[in-house]
Parts: sequence; structure tokens; C-alpha cells
Amino acid sequence: MKKIMSGNEAFAYGAYLAGIKFGSAYPGTPSTEIMENYSKYPGVYAEWAANEKVAADVAAGVAYAGGRAMCAMKHVGMNVAAEVLFYSSMTGTQGALVFFNADDPGMHSSQNEQDNRNYAKFARVACLEPSDSEEAKNFVKAAVEISETFDTPVIIRTTTRLSHSMGIVEMEEEPVAEAPAEPAKYVRNPAKYLMVPAFSRGRHPVIEERIIKLTEFAETTPLNRIEPGDDEIGIIVSGVVYQYAREVFPNATFLKLGMVNPLPVKMIKEFAGRVKQVVVIEELDPIIEDHVRLLGIPVRGKDVFSNIGEFSPSRIRRSAHEAGLLPGSAKPVVAVPQLPGRPPMLCPGCGHRGLFYALQRLNAAVFGDIGCYTLGGAAPLLAMQTCGCMGASVGVIQGIDRVGVKDRTVAVIGDSTFFHSGVAPLISLYYNNSPSTTIIVDNRVTAMTGHQENPGTGKTLQGAEAPIVKIDELVRGIGIKKVDIVNPYDFKNVMDTIKDHVQSQEPSVIIAQYPCVLKMRERKPAPVVDVEKCNECGNCIRIGCSPITKVDGGISINTELCNGCGFCATICSSGAISLQNKEGGIS
Amino acid sequence: MKKKLDFLFAGVGGQGTILVSNILAEVGMQRGYDVKKSEVHGMSQRGGAVESHVRWGEKVYAPLVEEGCADFLLGFEALEAARWPHYMYPGTIAIVNRHRVNPPSVNLGQEEYPDEKKIEAILTEAGAKVVWVEGAAKANELGNPTLAGVVLLGALSARLDEPVEIWVKAVEDLVPAKFKDLNVKAFLAGREMA
Repeated sequence: MKKIMSGNEAFAYGAYLAGIKFGSAYPGTPSTEIMENYSKYPGVYAEWAANEKVAADVAAGVAYAGGRAMCAMKHVGMNVAAEVLFYSSMTGTQGALVFFNADDPGMHSSQNEQDNRNYAKFARVACLEPSDSEEAKNFVKAAVEISETFDTPVIIRTTTRLSHSMGIVEMEEEPVAEAPAEPAKYVRNPAKYLMVPAFSRGRHPVIEERIIKLTEFAETTPLNRIEPGDDEIGIIVSGVVYQYAREVFPNATFLKLGMVNPLPVKMIKEFAGRVKQVVVIEELDPIIEDHVRLLGIPVRGKDVFSNIGEFSPSRIRRSAHEAGLLPGSAKPVVAVPQLPGRPPMLCPGCGHRGLFYALQRLNAAVFGDIGCYTLGGAAPLLAMQTCGCMGASVGVIQGIDRVGVKDRTVAVIGDSTFFHSGVAPLISLYYNNSPSTTIIVDNRVTAMTGHQENPGTGKTLQGAEAPIVKIDELVRGIGIKKVDIVNPYDFKNVMDTIKDHVQSQEPSVIIAQYPCVLKMRERKPAPVVDVEKCNECGNCIRIGCSPITKVDGGISINTELCNGCGFCATICSSGAISLQNKEGGIS
Repeated sequence: MKKKLDFLFAGVGGQGTILVSNILAEVGMQRGYDVKKSEVHGMSQRGGAVESHVRWGEKVYAPLVEEGCADFLLGFEALEAARWPHYMYPGTIAIVNRHRVNPPSVNLGQEEYPDEKKIEAILTEAGAKVVWVEGAAKANELGNPTLAGVVLLGALSARLDEPVEIWVKAVEDLVPAKFKDLNVKAFLAGREMA
């Protein structure tokens, strides 16, 4: 039987088929759906961790105890989990340990486009890169075998395009349900697992030897294959880019790599001997190209295909024409007309809007973080000036305030981001007595990635009841005394509270709490506009709410898009916007 | 069966482009085509632009349609349809929902929303034949604006050779169970409109 699956669905299915029984992840586009789908298979256990490092630590623990484990993250999540990758590379594991790593060439939803194949090389671990959904399923089995045979963690690298593309997957026989396992037997072996210098020095030669053995494996594994064609051009390629290259160069000879670390040597030399010209097509960094060049083989790569942004068949074709790798010249580029752009914005009815409008009115300097609320930096709110990585806001504001800027400076961080990596910097901020204001925008869910549960929601990944970590108690537990909870729609109170906090000389926290309206599906009737009363002050336009449009002499509200939150009525200076009550009358 | 058919979807987050493109991919597979599909989500629920590619063929490698190769463009929103002339060729059919959602710069009075003539000219100059469909009006008549995409799918289906039963079954299988009948109704209405 066949089924259409996304790359991420196929990874989950493959993990289930490969006998992986444990998975942990922190949500992050484009990786999120791997764990969501995996959690639905019978006989597996999956959870959301507070962050990627925790997910990887827990997975490593499972693998230390002999279980087959996986963790999943987006590329920048690997930065957080990198410590675990490096120590688990040193120790190896008892059971299989698979890191699913989703890169984002083109930065569809990320702050950078780092190429995490570098991590595999850096940490001396095997890295597999499938090129479609069918391979996504199959490569998990291969990763588990490699991990257990070579005593190494294995990275499966995907990219946005592979994770979120769909293709046909061959369904397989369900794994036979195993009899209940006996209690796991943990084997104590400090020389292998206790990474203090004396033991670590013993382990380093082991992992260097392992990478040599893995290179030998790379020479013969069917994960890497030569696809014969004419001898004019030989293309070395991996991942979804293989699919693009196949269309652009239908007759070329291909070396299709499924294992991108370590790279084979003999196989590449043999391949180069079969063709007149070797060309490497790879998104982002010249990792394969550098390897080929170090083997003394002349190669074309980054001189033709950019190290910036995502590829597509069209882009590869154009670059190939320009470099003379394809005969004739490229088709003329069709000019795309200048049209009004459509960037994402805070949703109609979003509770964050009230807070950011207040920050805009106060002309606050806002040091931000990663989540839906980063859209507070978009026009016309323009109420955020920095965003670097998860949890950065709380450390950055301490530095800013340390220099003495203290000019209406605030940090803004979301609930899930706070649990992820905001707690430690807040402890540090309190300990060092920084007079900073941290605003935690608590919409009671991990919203940006599609409404995942988190330690504050009271639900597990599977939707079962879970204890709630209360943010105000957590913050007070650190020792911070000045803590206020506000409803972001209560505009006057929000303004007064922020003013009070930024003037204060002690570490302080404001929790702006309102549940995500998309998640709650909360909807009220749209407000009514009396254009006669409108004085065109522009307040309602400045809140950046998509249903509100400027028209001649006033504004109009698109009732189809409006969520009926009424915030525009709250901040209207002339009483021209009024709420409807349930019966449709005007209140 | 054709050697290949490439479809491009353009819309605004929340319009259901992903669901409709899933139905189209399913129909292709049921007909025996190799099928690939690609879209970028993540920002889609926040009212941003959404694009989706669906490809049917004897053998499909890339999940992305090449520029100048889209056989069909399904525009869920008029301005969004106008962003893709570089994917058109003489022979492309652009099925466009007569529906407007203002982007932020238009709301702020900084830019103008292009009129229907301009949108049509952009696509026609790139070689496409533009077919306007009253998807939004039909969906509202049926009581749910999000049905517009399925209306468009109906209009598309009338231009393809696949038997209607395959389409209806794919719609029934992929939409939420409680909205099944309504979606089939919307689909058939779109098919009639074509």
C-alpha cells in the first residue's frame, strides 16, 4: 500500500518501524511534526522537553540504559543540544541514539541558515541525509543500525523543503508487538561514560578510530550510490537538492550521497575517474566540495552555486547556464511586478497586541525573543528592536541596563521561551541585582510552531493532564519581589504597570497573560464604526490589526477577519468604534 | 494520462490552501501518477502569503514546480495570484478566486491594492489564460468562507480528465468528517461554475 507523507511524517513512521521506543523534542519549525506524528504510533513514548538540550540528554539517558532513542530539533536547536551531541559522541551509547536535525536554508522561519552538517564533522558522528519521503522512512532504520554497530550517535539531517514536502511512501508491515520487556539492566561502565579528563583521554582515540571505520562503511553502503549517465559531467549531490539536480541534468552521471559524514574517499576518486568534470551541488556550505578538493580532484561548486539561500530547480538551472554547465543561455527572467507585500502579522484578537501597543506608546526600548510575539517588531507596531535566539532577551537587557541605558528598557519573552532558556538568565539577573524589567508574554501555549503543549499548559504532548509550572511562583521563587500579572487588553493598567516597573530600581517581572485566541477559537462579533465620529487620529491603524483598513474619512473593519476582541474600541480616541453585544445591538 | 502536470497554489494563511493541495495530490496518486507536493508553513497562520506546489507525473523528482512550467495556477486571493507570472507560460490556466484580503500596507493607506484589470494583465502578459471564479461568493452562500478553496478545486477538476468519483472520494477522505457533505457540495458547485 502507498500513502502520501511529508518528510516529517515519514521520519516518524520510520522511527516507529525501526523500533525506536522513546522520543523527546522541543518544537521548532521545520522539525516540529516529527515528534507530533511519532507520538501517535502504538507502543512508543514521546514527550516535549523544556528545550533541545534536555530532549537530547533524556534521549541519551534512554540510550545509555539500552533503549533506542531519538530527539528532534531545528538547526538552531542543535546549538542548544550541542553539548549532548559532543559528550554522547565521546561516550557512545548502549542503544541507538538518533538526532533529527532540521536545517532551514532560505530562512523560512529562522534567524540564520547555518549548515549543521558541520556539527557532524565537528563531533565525529555519522550523518545521513535523505532526499525524499521514502528515503526519510528508510534512513531511520539505517541510522539505528549505524548507531548500534559503531557505538555512535547519528544525525539525520533534513531541510525545510524535505520536511515539508510530500511524496509517496511504501507502507510496510507493522512491527510485531514485543512482549513486555524486563526491567532495563543498566551496565555501569565509568571508563566509557564518566567523562572526566582521565577517562576522556582514553575515549578520544576511540572516536577517531570510529570515524575511520565509518569512512570504510561509507565506501560500500548502499546509502551512497553511483547512477550512471554520460561522462561529460559527474554530479555529487545529497538531500532534496539531488531531486532538483536530477531534473536539471537528466543525462549526467550522479554520485548520490545518503551519508554526508564521513564522506567516502575511494568512491569519490573512482567516480571522478569516470567523468570529464566533477560538479558538487550543495546548499549552504561547501562541505562536500572541500572534501573533494582535498582529495586533489578538480571540482566546481560554490563558484557556480551560491552559498546563500535555498536552491530550487529554477535556480540551479540558471546558475548552470551562467557557468556554461548547460548548453545555451538561460530563459530570460520574467519580471515580477512590484506589489504590496504580505508579511505575517499578529493575528486579529491576539493578546500580544495590547502589550506591544503600550510599549509603542511609551516609546520603550524593547529587547525581544523568539516566538509569535517577535511580530511585535513588525510595522506598524515597531515595538521590538532585538531578537537573536531563544532566551537572549533576559541576558541582553541585563547588559544593556548594566551600561546604564535604563531608558524605558524592557525584555520581552514568551512563556515557552521562558521555560526553554529564560529562567537561567533571570536567576543571573536577580543574583547580580540588575534593575531590569522582564515582561513574560504568557499566551498559555507554544503558539508559533502550531500550538504545542509546554510546562505551563497543564497538558502533555499526548494531551494527558500534567502538572502546571506557574510562572509567577517560579519567578517569586527565584527571589524577585516586584512581580505583576496583567491582562494585556486592560490597556490603562498595562501602561501604568510598565511605567511603574521601568522606573523601579530593582529586578522586576510583568506577566502579560492572555490565552492564544487561535488556540481558544474565541470569537465575538466585530465592533461597529461610526465614521461621523472618527477624527482620523490613527490609533486603531497603529495597532496593526489586519481587519482594520484606512478609508476616506475614517476606517472600516472587515467583519470576516475580525475576531471581536474590541481592543481597537479601547484605544479609539473619539468613541467612533463600539462593541456589539451578543444580540447584535450596540453597547 | 499526461506526462506531467504542475500546479501552483497561492493564497493567504488561513484560507485552506494546504488542505486543498493535499486533496489534489491524493487525486494524482489515485490516478496512478507519481506525486510530490511542497509548501512552506510556519508563518501561515499569521496571515502571511502561502504558496504550495503540487506535481503529477510519470516520475517526479523535485517537489517544486520550475519557473515557466506551471500548467495551472490556483489563486485563492487575487493579489496573491498576481505574484507568480514567472511561473506562467503560454498555456497556463490561472483560476483565480474573486476575493480580496488587504495586506498591511494597504490597510495603512501606504500602498494601493491592484485592481482586477491589473492583476489579470500581469498574468495574461506572462501567457496565462485567466479564469475568475466566484469562489468566495459561493462559499459565503454555503455558509462558510473557508469553503472557497474547495470551490476552486471543483473549477480545476472540470479542466482535467480525472473521473468525478475520484475527486469526490478524495474530498470526503481528507476534509474533517463533520464538514464532508458541505465540502462535496462546494466542490460540485465549483465544477458547475467552470
